[in-house]
Amino acid sequence: MTDEPRNPQADDLACREAVELMADFVEGALPAPEARRLERHLESCPGCSEYLEQVRALAGSLGGLPKHSLPAEMRDGLIAAFREFHRG
Amino acid sequence: MSTNPAGRPGATARHDDERLVARLRRGDAEAFATLVDRHSSPMVRVARAYVPTQAAAEEVVQETWIAVMRGIDRFEGRAALKTWLFRILTNVAMRAGARERRSVPFSALAEAEDTGPSVDPDRFLPADHALFPGHWAIMPTRWPTPEEGLLAGETREVIAAAMAELPVAQRTVIGLRDVEGWSAEEVCAALEISAGNQRILLHRARSRVRSAIEAYYGAVEEIDYGAVTRELMGDTPEKETDSER
Repeated sequence: MTDEPRNPQADDLACREAVELMADFVEGALPAPEARRLERHLESCPGCSEYLEQVRALAGSLGGLPKHSLPAEMRDGLIAAFREFHRG
Repeated sequence: MSTNPAGRPGATARHDDERLVARLRRGDAEAFATLVDRHSSPMVRVARAYVPTQAAAEEVVQETWIAVMRGIDRFEGRAALKTWLFRILTNVAMRAGARERRSVPFSALAEAEDTGPSVDPDRFLPADHALFPGHWAIMPTRWPTPEEGLLAGETREVIAAAMAELPVAQRTVIGLRDVEGWSAEEVCAALEISAGNQRILLHRARSRVRSAIEAYYGAVEEIDYGAVTRELMGDTPEKETDSER
């Protein structure tokens, strides 16, 4: 494997095209032949590998951002309204 | 919560929905509070796609909960409870948007935003480049990843600011998928967009936020074309490469 060419031309995919295929690739929606083509490209292209890794790291970390919460008065008002509705 | 692509509940989710709905019909305020706390955050995200301010989006959510409270007897269980909630929300949000003269169906926003490339075309060599057409001209800049993750340091502010600046359909999709943790199917059902559309919007959104982090970690690195070309051609002397490993 040491004489595997590192020339990106070894695969037929340009990086510019590869980054667009990643939309479906990360979601497991890329048809198998296309996915293999992209995987071959990623093996020989440090730029696209880094890009994909960064996108995945970002996606995986966003769950730590704060959720929106309703203003407390609004939330409590809704629950009071629910109680009132069922009382009446 | 598991729903299939059509938004119909699976067996477990259907059972959970039935129990929750029965409690709501009995007037169980605790069940209502659970529902409000569980769904208000993604509801605000979706509402925000139709109305111009956060406060207006919160009012849409408030109005939706009142409609749910009054209309729970009309829920038939054919769709998941969550799907039903978000249908009501969308109707309320569309009406509020119309009052603000801003009513555009989400699918129209989505289509308008899913054109153009994910990455600035200037980052790539031109299509007629002799050796590497369409290859990265300026490689993605590495950024330090703290052990605690991207949200640990100052990057958190950068990410939050970049999210806030996203076009509205992209911001809604990335918010539901990556912040709220929804599945692709749930997002497509709630926003009434195609699976392909959803993937493109998500990728565009992630790509833009990625670029913002990259920009924060300094000027994009200019590469030494000669050196990179030699390396790509495999001309780097083997010994040097070995000693670096």
